[in-house]
This record gives sequence, structure tokens and C-alpha cells, in this order.
Amino acid sequence: MAPLFSRSWPLALRVSVQHARVFPLNFYFDQFVTGLASACSLFLVASGLSIIFGVTRIVNFAHGAFYMLGAYIGFTLTEQFSGAFGFWGAILLAAIVVAAIGTLIEIILLRRIYDAPELFQLLATFGVTLIVEDLALLIWGPNELLGPRAPGLKGAIDLFGLPFPTYDLLLIALGPLVLGLLWLLFRRTTWGVLVRAATQDREMVAALGVNQKWLFTSVFALGVFLAALGGALELPRQSANHTMDLQVITEVLVVVVIGGLGNVLGTFLAAIIVSELNAFGILVFPKISIVLVFLVMALVLIVRPWGLLGRAEAAARAAGGAAILRWRPLAARGRLAVVLALAVLALAPLAVGDYYLTVATEVLIFVLFAASLHFLIGAGGLVSFGHAAYFGLGSYGAALALKQFGLGMEAALIAGPLLGLAGAILFGWFCVRLSGVYFAMLTLAFAQIAWSVAYQWSDVTGGDNGLLGIWPSAWAAAPAHFYWLTLALVAAGIAALRMILFSPFGYSLRALRDSELRAEAIGLERRRIQWISFAIAGGFAALAGALYAFLKGSVFPDNLGIPLSIDGLVMVLLGGVDTVSGGIVGAALYRSLSIWIISHTDYSKLALGLLIVVLVVLFPKGVVGAFESWRARRAPRTGGESS
Amino acid sequence: MTHADAKLRVSGLNAAYGQALILTDVALEVGAGEVTALLGRNGAGKSTTFRAILGLIANRSGKVIFNGEDVSALATYDIARRGLGYVPEDRRIFSDLTVEENLLVGRQAPRAGAPTWTLERLFKIFPNLRELRGRPGGRMSGGEQQMLTIARTLMGNPSLVLLDEPSEGLAPKIVEQMIEAIRDMKREGLSLLVSEQNLHFARLVADRAYVIEKGRIRFAGTMAEFDARPDVRDAYLAL
Repeated sequence: MAPLFSRSWPLALRVSVQHARVFPLNFYFDQFVTGLASACSLFLVASGLSIIFGVTRIVNFAHGAFYMLGAYIGFTLTEQFSGAFGFWGAILLAAIVVAAIGTLIEIILLRRIYDAPELFQLLATFGVTLIVEDLALLIWGPNELLGPRAPGLKGAIDLFGLPFPTYDLLLIALGPLVLGLLWLLFRRTTWGVLVRAATQDREMVAALGVNQKWLFTSVFALGVFLAALGGALELPRQSANHTMDLQVITEVLVVVVIGGLGNVLGTFLAAIIVSELNAFGILVFPKISIVLVFLVMALVLIVRPWGLLGRAEAAARAAGGAAILRWRPLAARGRLAVVLALAVLALAPLAVGDYYLTVATEVLIFVLFAASLHFLIGAGGLVSFGHAAYFGLGSYGAALALKQFGLGMEAALIAGPLLGLAGAILFGWFCVRLSGVYFAMLTLAFAQIAWSVAYQWSDVTGGDNGLLGIWPSAWAAAPAHFYWLTLALVAAGIAALRMILFSPFGYSLRALRDSELRAEAIGLERRRIQWISFAIAGGFAALAGALYAFLKGSVFPDNLGIPLSIDGLVMVLLGGVDTVSGGIVGAALYRSLSIWIISHTDYSKLALGLLIVVLVVLFPKGVVGAFESWRARRAPRTGGESS
Repeated sequence: MTHADAKLRVSGLNAAYGQALILTDVALEVGAGEVTALLGRNGAGKSTTFRAILGLIANRSGKVIFNGEDVSALATYDIARRGLGYVPEDRRIFSDLTVEENLLVGRQAPRAGAPTWTLERLFKIFPNLRELRGRPGGRMSGGEQQMLTIARTLMGNPSLVLLDEPSEGLAPKIVEQMIEAIRDMKREGLSLLVSEQNLHFARLVADRAYVIEKGRIRFAGTMAEFDARPDVRDAYLAL
């Protein structure tokens, strides 16, 4: 997948590095006011996400895509209409058109999966994001589109001796205006009262006779409208491009988490904080400008786990958890099947050529990655949005051991997992202090910190150029040999994970997943147990990452990126969270499919997105889950089992 | 005891949480204008019966006839829209909303065959609420919340109300008010199905009673018939 933040942030970074370290005071002021202007769009998008989450409990990953669509459609419409009326009409119309598209997606797709676990909705909206990205590419082409300036607001005013765009002044005023309008909407209209009631207790609202279908749809439409408006309003400030969706969604998640999910005023404050941190971070700490925002977010979450103005979630549904399936270790027949499968896999090099061996090696590596994430999500109920961090740390650890310290592959395959383990221990300590959506957001934030360090610390990591020439030792260099090495390590890793799963430690972990309160009441120490499981999952992900570095011969920041983290989630959910082997099957299926799709079409995102959406709708329990409930239906007396 | 004009007729109702069967073949009727009690211990299946009637439990089967119409397959909101009100045991006040806003959420259009309630009329029955109308629901006492949750349901102008353990956890003085409120509602022509553990309370308000235990109906009859059967009381209700 494409590098995420390569366009906008590093550009700002380069600009900032060129500047001298000491700036005149008015420059800081100018920077401050620019930050305020940037906060407007961010607030619009984030408040939309926050409102949608509040009522529907959907973390709408596609929100960034709607923001991007707002910009693109706004671009097309502003080309059609001229004059001040035409410009503003086009901006508004763009937001309305996108809101209509969003409404359609809600009705066709999301309505089918409201009852599915929260993560499925995240996946589905991620699928939508992929689809929109490729559609935007098809319709508007790969080039950045420079939008028009706003009529009448093209100039700049003098602000303490520096020119300041008048359009930005308008945005600064617009933020509070929208905040006020939203406040009126939620406080002074019946619709607003119903939305607030539904945010608190959907079931009770239904029992009082409110048709939530349309409440959800209208809330979704409003949220999407705000996102698209935010995107269209950015047109005079920055060009429309097809990476702006993931860029904005990360910032928006940070804003929403700092401000408190579902709290519009908190979102407003957080949008300002984040925008100012972006504006000043570049001046003060050019090397770690990206890190700064996430550090602040981590700090806020530690001090106020539910954001500045947010409140504790009333027992949010766990992602897995509601497992009716009984987990059990493999019986004799299952073990025999595993041995047979391993034997077949081990003999594969005799039958297939180098290309397919390389593909198979890659699939195996992702099977281990997904199994480690599945351990965390399925057994621990801990939904990590940033599991790629540990995969990537494993890659970098191995690569640095080879390049910086001149160690061999064997030592590097130990160093990589150790670095990942260390990262998981450090980040995990913070993460296990939170739960639910906030846990997910914090893992995402840490993954972004790791990503930005890899991206910015180019002296050591090579930055965007990555580290090249990471090849295996001579004895393992042949594809077949590296395949065997991978097979052995992956099999051992999965065996270890399963042993932990069915050990007393694994039982404690699952007990905490099913009922934190009860588990703590019998003396299980939640944080310590979840911390250890976080470290274990990170360590095995890092082993996969280290192998991946040697398979590809190179390491890039992508190895820690959001798309890879999401890929992990797709694999786990595709396989089935509530099953024991879901991660393994899901990874094998998804990775093979995506490799196949990428080699067969130029529009792989479109195909993958459609695939994800279809799978989510067809298999809300995952593939293994669907298979197991089918088996349970055939033999009803045994009840559900998973092995 | 089959009333041709039963307001609510439930038959063959089964409900399960996950794989645990909670209700087995529950059948009961509520006559028009009648207060019917559903008696049972903690965990006997009273709340589950209510939730199953309203379609709040996904895993259920059986028939629910309300006003002569089969509502078994309808969505919860659709059942409520037909005039079936529900006051949950745990009250479920919208704590962020003011008292008045809570009432607003419950509001539905007036309907034929059911008393019509306005804020003013409700404030007459529950005078406390008038003084508290601007206060967030979360900052009220338990008794006040219980009154609010009933008033909120009445705002939907229901013709039948399912009242889940109205006396639970309330001070004796508030319980008396609750009894008055139930009698007021009956006088207005409402039918009520009231679940209770408190026999004394049930005797004061109910015309007929069902006894439920382990998810099965064990007794059906008038309150007088129930009082003539101490064995039923001892077997299914005594602690």
C-alpha cells in the first residue's frame, strides 16, 4: 500500500528545516493564527466522527475518505460555477452530495452490520476507504488538484508585519460558528434531544417508540456532511490529493481521543490543541514534529483516559468476548491434521517454483503476524489498531543489527524480536491503562510514533528510502531454504502462542476479557496480565517482521504503517475473532487473495475494498466462525466449539 | 381464563440469552383496563418476559398479540408505536438529559383508545417533576427517577404499560406514591402488567396475578384465588 504521510508532513518538515532556528516574535504569532485556521477543518471532520460514534458506536474509518471526496467534488463543482455565490454554493453542494453518498452507504452497508462486533464496522468502513481511494484515482487522476481561491478572499491582510490570508481569518470565525450551530441543534431541537438520548441508551430509545434506523441515518448524514464540508473548505488552502484521507483520519482520531469521544466542545478544543501542536512542533522540534502530537495525546490519555471533556464509557462491548464457542486444544485428530498439513507444507518446495515459494513464505509470515494479533484480540479482548508497530520494530531491529552492528542473520533474527518486545513492553505499559476504543486509539498513536521515528530519523533508519540489502545468510539464501526456515519459525511461534493460550495464563487472560470485574474479584491482576500478553503478542509480531525484512531484503517505514495494522485486523476478523484458529486461516486467505489481486489489477484497492465489504456482510463471524457455526448446526448437541 | 377482549395475549413465549434458555412456553393475558401482576423471585424471568414481549431479546420465539394484532415479528420501536409502553426495572433515565428532555424523548402522538397525557397532566400526578424539570436526570433521587421513568413512558400515550418492579429499592413513602400512581393510571383506563416480588404491593394494585418461576408460569388466577393458595406462594415466592 502507498506510504501514508509522505506528502504533506515531510514537506512541512523540509520547509521548517530550511528556516533558521530562531524566529521573530511576529512569526510565532502568524504560526499561531495559521494553526487556528487549520483547526477549523479538523474540528469539522472530527466533530462529524464524534457525533457518528456517539450514536451509532461506529468508528467511521471512512470519515477521511468523505473528507477527501468533499475536496474532490468541491474542486469539480467550483470549476463549474463562478463568482462568490458559485464558489460558496459549490462548497456547500459538494458537502451535500457527499452526505448523500454517505447516506447511501449507511443504508446499503452499515445497516446490515450494526449488530456485528464494533470492529466489523471499522473494517467495513476501511473497505469503503479503499474503494473511495481508487475511485478518486479513476475519476480525478493521480495528480494533485490545486483548488480555486475563494472569491473576495484571495488577498492577505497585514498581521504584525506578516501577510496573513484573509481566507484563513474566515475559517477562524467559521469554527466557533459551526460549534454554536451544533450546540443549538443538539440542545434546542427534538432531533437533537433524541440523538443525545440515543447516544446514552439506544435500547431505551427504541422502547420509547423512536425508529432509530432513521435517527442513525440522519446522524450519519450530518457527520459525513461535516467531514465533506471540512474537505471542501480546505480547497483554497491545500490541493486535493488521494492521500489526504488517511492523513486526516489519523489527526482526527487523535483529536477525538484528546477531546473525548462524543463531546463536540471537547473536539473543538482538541482540534485547536492539535493544530497548534502541528504548527509549533515543526518550529520547535523539527525532528520530532509528528511525535509531539502523539506524545501529548498519550499524556492526556494517561491523565484523563476518556479525553479532556469525555466521560467513561458505560461498559463498551468488547470486540471479541461474547464467545459462545467453547475453546479447546486440538484433539488427537486435529493434531494429526496439523502434522499432515505441516508435512505437506514442508514438501512444497519439491512441487512448486521459486515465485510461489516466495509468495508462500510471505503468507506464512503474515500468518504469524495475524496469529499474534489474534492472541491479543481474541483471547485478550484487546483491540490493537497499531500492531504493525511491533512487526516493523522487528524488521528494523533485524535490519539495524545487520547494517549497524554487522551481525549475521541468525543474530538479527533474535535482535529484531527483542526490539519489538522492548517496544511492546514500553508502549504496552501505557496502553493497558485504557480499554475499549481508547485502547485502540492509543495503540494507533504509538504505532504512529514508531512510524514517524522511522520516517524522520533518517541517519539511522534511512527515512523514506529505508534500509536495503538485508539478505539472509548464505545457507538460507535459496528460496526453498528460507521457506523452510520461515515455516519452522512460524510453526514454532504459533505452537508457542497456542500453548500460552491453553495455559493458566491464557485462562486468566480470557477471564479478564469476559468479565474484568469478576476476574479482578478473584485476584487476577488485570494490568499485569494484559501487559504481559501485549508484550507476547508484540514479540511474535516482531519475529514475523524480522523474517519479512530478510524475505524482502529491505525495510521501509511502511512496515510500521497504519495500512499494515489494518491488514492485520482484516486478517483476524476475516478468520473470526471468536475462534481459536481464526487468525491463521484469515491471514492465509487474505494475504493470498491480496497478493493475487495486486498482481492482477491496477486497481487493487478497489478490489480489496469490495472484497472486505462483501466478506464483512457475508461472514459477520469470520470464515472460521461461519464454518464452526455451520458445523454446530449440523450437530446441535455438541454446542459450539472452536479449536 | 381467556378474555375475548384481552389487551395483550402472550403464548408459547421462549427466550434465551446465548445458549441459556430463560423462558419456557410462557403464556399470559392482560385484560383491558386491568392491572395484572407477574409475581416471581429474583431471576425467575419477570424482566426477561417483559423484554421478550418488546422484542428486546433477539433470541426468542412465540406469539405476542397486542390489541388483536400479532406484533411478535415487529421491531421494538414499532411495538412501542402501537401503544405498548415499557418502564424498565433499572429505570434507564437519560442522565445527561434534563427531566423535560427525558419526557420529550417519550412523546408520541395521541392515540384512540388510550388516555392522552401532556406535561401539565403528568406534573399533576408527579408534582416533584415540575420543580425538577430543568435538572439533569442523573442528578435525581431513586424515587424521583422512578416517577420520571413512568412519566416518560406515559408521554407516549400507551394503552398498556409493562411496569417492571416499580417498588424495588424505594422508600416506603415513595412506594405509597407509586401505588397511587398505578391506581391513577388504571382510573384513566390504562391496562397494566406489573412485575413484583413484593406481595403486599401486588395485593394493593392488582386484579389478577401470574406466578413465574424458572421461566415457567406456575399459577394464573385472580388475586383472591392466589390468596387461597398458600402452597403456590410458599413454593414459588417465599425466600
